[in-house]
Amino acid sequence: MAHATARKSMTFGEGGSALVFAVTALLCLVGAARAQDATFAFHAYLSAAASVLAVFMIFSSYSRRPSEPIPAEIDGKPNYNFGPIKFATTAAMFWGIAGFVVGLWAALELAWPALNFDLPWTNFGRIRPLHTSAVIFAFGGNVLLASSLYVVQRTCRVRVAGEIAPWFVVLGYNFFIVIAGTGYLLGVTQSKEYAEPEWYADLWLTIVWVVYLLVFLATLIKRKEPHIFVANWFYLAFIITIAVLHLGNNPALPVSVFGSKSYIAWSGVQDAMFQWWYGHNAVGFFLTSGFLGIMYYFVPKRADRPIYSYRLSIVHFWSLIFLYIWAGPHHLHYTALPDWAQTLGMTFSIMLWMPSWGGMINGLMTLSGAWDKLRTDPVLRMMVVSVAFYGMSTFEGPMMSVKAVNSLSHYTDWTIGHVHSGALGWVGFVSFGAVYCLVPWLWQKKGLYSLKLVNWHFWVSTIGIVLYVSAMWVSGILQGLMWRAYTSLGFLEYSFIETVEAMHPFYVIRALGGLLFVIGSLLMAWNLWMTVKSGEPEAVAARPALQPAE
Amino acid sequence: MSLLSRHAVFERNSILLAVGILVVILIGGVVEIAPLFYLRSTIEKVEGMRPYTPLELVGRDVYVREGCYTCHSQMVRPLRDEVERYGHYSLAAESMYDHPFQWGSKRTGPDLARVGGKYSDEWHVTHLANPRSIVPQSIMPGYGFLAHNEIDAKKIANNMRTLRAVGVPYTDEQIKSAALDLKAQATPDSSDVADLQKRYPRAVARNFDGDAGHVTEMDALVAYLQMLGTLVDFKLYSDKADLR
Repeated sequence: MAHATARKSMTFGEGGSALVFAVTALLCLVGAARAQDATFAFHAYLSAAASVLAVFMIFSSYSRRPSEPIPAEIDGKPNYNFGPIKFATTAAMFWGIAGFVVGLWAALELAWPALNFDLPWTNFGRIRPLHTSAVIFAFGGNVLLASSLYVVQRTCRVRVAGEIAPWFVVLGYNFFIVIAGTGYLLGVTQSKEYAEPEWYADLWLTIVWVVYLLVFLATLIKRKEPHIFVANWFYLAFIITIAVLHLGNNPALPVSVFGSKSYIAWSGVQDAMFQWWYGHNAVGFFLTSGFLGIMYYFVPKRADRPIYSYRLSIVHFWSLIFLYIWAGPHHLHYTALPDWAQTLGMTFSIMLWMPSWGGMINGLMTLSGAWDKLRTDPVLRMMVVSVAFYGMSTFEGPMMSVKAVNSLSHYTDWTIGHVHSGALGWVGFVSFGAVYCLVPWLWQKKGLYSLKLVNWHFWVSTIGIVLYVSAMWVSGILQGLMWRAYTSLGFLEYSFIETVEAMHPFYVIRALGGLLFVIGSLLMAWNLWMTVKSGEPEAVAARPALQPAE
Repeated sequence: MSLLSRHAVFERNSILLAVGILVVILIGGVVEIAPLFYLRSTIEKVEGMRPYTPLELVGRDVYVREGCYTCHSQMVRPLRDEVERYGHYSLAAESMYDHPFQWGSKRTGPDLARVGGKYSDEWHVTHLANPRSIVPQSIMPGYGFLAHNEIDAKKIANNMRTLRAVGVPYTDEQIKSAALDLKAQATPDSSDVADLQKRYPRAVARNFDGDAGHVTEMDALVAYLQMLGTLVDFKLYSDKADLR
C-alpha cells in the first residue's frame, strides 16, 4: 500500500472535478442559507449533499484505483467501461416501476377522485407531471443513457471517453430527476408540458447534457471502426436536438436567484409555438430518434441478422430528422396560432408518415430469414411488437394531425390513447427488449434467469396496452362527439359534466390496463434481479471479434 | 447510387455528422417560430388588454403551481359547439401577457378561457374546496388548502419586476403600489380601490373568499378565474379589422 501510493498522483480530471464539486457544495450552502422559499432551500441542501458525495466518490475511487491509468485495451481487446451503464440500467428499472405506479395512481384518481386526498402533494395536477417525467425522462432517459453508452462503445470498439465524465452524466442526470420530481410534488413547476422543471433544474440539465454530448462525440472520434454505425447517428441526433429544444423552450428569468419561481421569457402565442416545437420533438427525438438507435442495434443483434437495408436507413435518418421538427403546430390546430403555421405543421406531419414507416420496415424486415425466432425468443418478440406499435402510432399521429380529425380528437382522451400506444407499445417494449439483452451482457451471464417470465411479461403487458389504448379511443371519440352533439332543436345536447360522467367506465378499464402493465414490469424486475444474482456466468471470451463494417 | 455513396463523408466524420444534424433540425424551427415575432398579423389589435393586477397575478401563479393545465384548457376554438358552449373564440392578444401560456392540451374539465363572471365567488370557493358538493359527478380534486395559505403582499412586486423584464408593460407606479393594490382588491370597502381601478381598468374588487381580514390564495385564484376572458369587449371587436 505504502509504495503503491508513493508514485500515484491525482489526474487533472480527478483533482479538478473534486475542486469544482467542493466549490459547488459551498455555493449550494450559501444558496440554502439565503433561500427565499422552503423548496429552494431543500433543493439547495440536497445539491450540497450531492456535491459532497461526489467529492467523496472521486477520492474513494482514486484511493482504490491502481497507480497507472485504466488501460483502454486489455490483450488487444477494448476494455469497455460498463460501470455507468450498469447504474443507468438499474436506475431505468427503478424509475420505470415508480413512473408506471404513479401513472396507475393518476388513472385511478380520474376514476375515483377521492384518491386525490385533496392534499397539495397528491392532487392530480402535481401527480400527472410526476408520472410523465418519470416515465419519459427517468425511465426512457436512463434506458437511452445506458443503451447509447453501450452501443457507442461496442460499435466503435473503444472504451468510452473519460473516466469521471460518463459517471457524471448518469449520476448527474439522475440527480436532475430527483430535483425535478420532488419539485413537482412541492409545487415547483413551470407548467409547460413535459418541460415542467424550474430554471435551476434546467440549468443543471444543460450542464449534464453538454457533458453527455462531449462524451458521446469524443467516443465517436476515437473509434477504431472506419464508419460510424447507423444506431449512433440516431443517438447523436437525439442528443444534439434535445439540447437545442431544451435551450429554445426554457429561457426563464428567476424572480430571485435564491428562489424557485421564474417566468418564462416567451409569452402567449410565441410561447405556445416554442412549447409544442419542443413538446412534439421531445416525442420525435427523445422517444423516437433515441429509441430508433436502440432498434438499429438491438434488433439485428438479437435476431442475428444484418439491418435490412442500408440505403433505407440513410434516407430514413435524414428525412425523419428534417421532417419531425416541423410537426409541432399540429398540437395547436384551431387555436390562436396563425393559420399558416398550423397548415405547415399539418403538412409536415402527414409527410412524416413516410420516413416513420421506412424505419418500421427497416426494423421489421431485418427479421427476414429469422422470423421463426419470434416463436422461441420472447425478447425478440417484444422488440418486434414494439416496432409494430411504432408503425401503428406513426400512422395514427399523421391522421390525428389532419385538422378535420383534430377538431374531434383534440382535448380528448384520444390523444392520451395515441400517446400511450406509442409510449407503452413502442418505447416501453423496445426498452424492455433492450434491457433484457443488456443485463446478461453487462453482468456477464449466459442468459436471462427465465424466458418463460419474459413471455408472461410480454402477454400481461400487451393485454394491458390493448385495454388501455382501446378504452381511450372509445372515451376520446365518445367525448368528442358528445361535445359537438346537437338536439333536433339546435341546442347543445350535453352539458360538459354529462360528458365527464360518461368517461367513468373507460377510466376504470384504462386503470386496469395500467395495472397489468405495472404487473408486467414487476415480473421483469424479478427476472432481472434473479439473472444478476444467480444467473449462470458467461464463459470467458464467448464474444467473437466483430468484423469492421464496410 | 453515387449520392448515397457520398454519404460516407458523414459516416466517417463525426463532427461533420453533428453539424449536418444541427443544420437539418434547425430549418423547420426557424421557419415556423421566427416569423411569429415580427409578422404584425400574429397578434390582433384589441381594446382592453392589460397586465394582471397583483392579486390576479398571485392567482395565476397558483394556477400554474397546481398544474391546472393538466385538465383545463384556456383556448376556445372557432368551432360552432365551442363558441356556443364557452363564448367567443380565443384571440392571440388575450394571452399576450401570459408567461407561460396556459392554453392547455386536455379538457378533462371544461375550458376556462371565458369562465370569468359565469359563476359567483361563493360558487367558486365552495367548488374549489369540495367540487362534488356542487357538481356531484365531478372528478376534480379539492383545493380547500388554498384558503389557509395567506399571501405575503410584499413579495409580489418582485414578481412584477421580473415580468416587466420579460416584456409585460407594468409601470413604475403599478410596481410601487403592488402591495397596496393586492390588499385593496380583496377589500372592497377600502379607499384604495379607486386607485386600483385607475391603474388596472375593469379590475373588480371583492372579498372573493368570503373571509374578511385575510388575503389568501383562495382570494387570488378566484380573482384570477373571475377575470379570465373578460378584458376584451367583443361588442367592439371586429374580426375583420385584421384582415389584409
